[in-house]
Amino acid sequence: MPKNTHDVIVVGAGHNGLTAASYMAKAGLDVVVLEKNDWIGGAAVSRELYPGWKYSNCSYVCSLLRPEIMRDLELYKYGLQIIPYEGSATMMKNGDYYTHYHDHDMTINSIRRHSHKDAEAYERYSRDVLRQCKIIKPLLKMTPPDLTSFKPKDLFGALEFAKHFAAKDELDGLGEKEIYDTIRFYTMSIRDYLEEYFESEITKAHLAGSAIIGTALGPCSPGSAYVLLHHYMGEVDGSVGSWGYARGGMGSITQAMMGCLKDHGGEVKPSSEVTNVITKNGKAIGVATQNGDEYYAKKIVSNLDVKRTFLKITEEKDLPDDFVRSVKNFKIRGSSGKLNIALDALPDFPCIPEGDPGGGGDMHFTETIEEMEGAYDDWKRGEWSRNPYVDMCIPSKSDPTMAEPGKHYMSVFIQYVPFNLANGGWNEERKQEFGRHIVDCISEFSPNFKDLINHYEVRTPLELENEVGLTEGNIFQGELTMDQLMFNRPVPGYAQYRTPLKNMYICSSSTHPGGGVMGAPGANAAREVLLDMNVPQKGNYY
Amino acid sequence: MTQDLRYSALKKTPFHSRTSMASRTNKYYNWNGYTVPTEYSTTELEYTAARNGTSVMDLTPMGKYEITGDHAHRFVDYLVTRDLSEMKDNTVAYIIWCNEDGKVIDDGTIFKFSSTKFMLCCAVKIYNWLNDSAYGFDVSISDVTDTIAALAIQGPTSCSTLKKFGATDLEKLKPFEMREYKIDGFDILISRTGFTGDLGYELWTDPKNAETTWDNIEIAGKELKLRPFGMHALEMTRIEAGFIQTNTDFMAAEDSLRPTRMRSPYEIGMGWLVHLNKNSYFVGKKALKKEKEENTTERCLVGLDIDGDKPAHGSVIYNSKKEDIGIVTAALWSPIMKKNIALASLKRPYGIKIKENIFAEIYHPEELEYRKIWARCKVVKRQFFNPERRNKVPADLYE
Repeated sequence: MPKNTHDVIVVGAGHNGLTAASYMAKAGLDVVVLEKNDWIGGAAVSRELYPGWKYSNCSYVCSLLRPEIMRDLELYKYGLQIIPYEGSATMMKNGDYYTHYHDHDMTINSIRRHSHKDAEAYERYSRDVLRQCKIIKPLLKMTPPDLTSFKPKDLFGALEFAKHFAAKDELDGLGEKEIYDTIRFYTMSIRDYLEEYFESEITKAHLAGSAIIGTALGPCSPGSAYVLLHHYMGEVDGSVGSWGYARGGMGSITQAMMGCLKDHGGEVKPSSEVTNVITKNGKAIGVATQNGDEYYAKKIVSNLDVKRTFLKITEEKDLPDDFVRSVKNFKIRGSSGKLNIALDALPDFPCIPEGDPGGGGDMHFTETIEEMEGAYDDWKRGEWSRNPYVDMCIPSKSDPTMAEPGKHYMSVFIQYVPFNLANGGWNEERKQEFGRHIVDCISEFSPNFKDLINHYEVRTPLELENEVGLTEGNIFQGELTMDQLMFNRPVPGYAQYRTPLKNMYICSSSTHPGGGVMGAPGANAAREVLLDMNVPQKGNYY
Repeated sequence: MTQDLRYSALKKTPFHSRTSMASRTNKYYNWNGYTVPTEYSTTELEYTAARNGTSVMDLTPMGKYEITGDHAHRFVDYLVTRDLSEMKDNTVAYIIWCNEDGKVIDDGTIFKFSSTKFMLCCAVKIYNWLNDSAYGFDVSISDVTDTIAALAIQGPTSCSTLKKFGATDLEKLKPFEMREYKIDGFDILISRTGFTGDLGYELWTDPKNAETTWDNIEIAGKELKLRPFGMHALEMTRIEAGFIQTNTDFMAAEDSLRPTRMRSPYEIGMGWLVHLNKNSYFVGKKALKKEKEENTTERCLVGLDIDGDKPAHGSVIYNSKKEDIGIVTAALWSPIMKKNIALASLKRPYGIKIKENIFAEIYHPEELEYRKIWARCKVVKRQFFNPERRNKVPADLYE
């Protein structure tokens, strides 16, 4: 028996890899996680790139992480705490502002400043979106059934799926009308959806933001309404749709997961980039790393996106042709960039009244859907948006651990930024030019912003690919459109976390239910591995 | 320094300076985006004022919509299930309205000034519903919630209080009638309406006139046992009167997350407000007609007279086989009747054909432990309390 033999190897120490690893370790398996970087966390990291400031370098807010996972893995014990935020705001060029608050009635009063009709419509809108959240919630934890299979498991699974779609348990069943609404919702553009409720541009623009974050769709693209749902279906302590900061940055999530993993005998090896999967007789038996080590295990679980898993570390000859073709066709287009900024003090945003809870969460300055679509048009031409949609927040307003008292860390997520930049692609100069452009855009709403900057990190889709390993820098590890969701994710026929290569599994966000720091793909994949190994599963999640 | 966030706080009504002065408990709640008192001093005493003297309540947060235009009368008649074609000027009608599936959106009162001007008062936000429904009608709809200050003046001495305040001949006003007064240079509309099931009035005026009105009513009621009362006391009186509360006794169709929670008028005891024989069409008529013809009504909302003295808050209702047959939506130990009463939503035939051998499982909290009480219930008329003075004309005067 070769040395370095384990029960399970997990490739990639992102949040899904660590979730899967922790569940398997808790079930009693000997698990090792191999990570290419010399730090762990994937896209859920907190790194100090400038002394005194901690950045949430990639993902920056938390809502989707399933509470059952937090509970099962006892993440609080390993230091995870979520701080809910109080509100959100869109700043307007005329000096006015638009805000949402944690409190429903305060939000309605606030919308009324812009449109009476919209304030009242918000009631109906939030009910309808909440209904969609309730429908999808039980589906997140399910392994999608194979609709072409006649195995009892799949037949029952399909029934179960249909039952959830009719919300039999969650909502006591929907009528025909509501089921039609659901089907429409999954295929509509966010603009068309919002126009069924709202009249004022600012209301629509503020709400539409969630539908374009991270996606290579515009607000007028069919399917973008679902992306909104994907950002809404999370919760902070039962408050559906709420977002919060992970205390200590997003790295706290993966650090806590690692704490749990280690306590259950698991191991994480940084600086161990997996270069290829070792196969024998059509079965995966181990992996080889960059530094020449080899690891062997009964099961290999890849937390890399589906393209990296099957086009980079697996050899094509080990896979069926049609599968490889499907993987090649998988849509995984980078569309987002990010700035992490170390600020000497809190910047002024004169549009938002000082101390307004609306400024405590995400802030934006896109006033119309047309502006948003215009930003998308630039992306289609291979340019970064001249007038981008930004999702910016200052976690240090609520979190005392990100910077010294009085100093602030600001996270700026930028939509849209292409992976393939026109006219020669990305280089250091153009990356800095992009960073300066974003700083200029923000300065228009904050006169003292530039003077407060100590340091900033610019992230383009290219960085995200090179550093984190997200193909083309797509934050969801694959577009969230119906052709790539549920039983179609990552590719039809392989939505059950198993792959054509025996003993090889995939647990990344490329699988159901998709991207975001959710952990569900990891937990679902762990369930399938445990099932195949006949190891009893434990926890609230299952 | 604490930042001043009051600009973004819940709104204050035009009476706030007075209601907050009168409050000894500083207990407020959020009603439709406004800060209003739940209780001023003691709920029981406030309740007593409504049944003994005059109680005054700030009604401003209630949704108020003005419907004007050539088709106003036709539109209102189309909107609601009740036949309003014969409604007279200067009268008020209790109404419900449904969606196209015949599920109740809300109940409320409609005030007719003339065939071209109405005011609708209700609990849920229906500005969009009114606008959408008004398609094809020559009407315009405006939300006047903010622009009309409103008070409820209820109780046996309320007529005397308002007469002293300046409402001449008010005792002659019949229930569901209204009259416009000019008092201290301001227009004040007084309607003989209310939510307490007692003699009572509602007063509508310009917000600029709110504080003066409050002060003068207080002076007028000084010897008439006047007292401001909050939401908790109102809740007690409305249960005694058997009035239903939207999103408490039934879910508003437009607010229901779960479609199965939507209710038809027949399921909430409002069948008497559905006039299927009304000549013109109204929203939901087809569905309601079908429901009536096919007898598919599933539930009912009834009054329960419950053994014992422990209010059956949120109790599940069972038949003698211990099968779950419904739920209590509102419960109260009635101080005036000394009865343990409740409103309950039951699965038919319980409550309609079967009125006996029904039980409530009451969990009564007793110092960190619950006593489980199995109490026998009698199905009774929902209107538990209905004093003669409520509808008497001329109204009782205390002079």
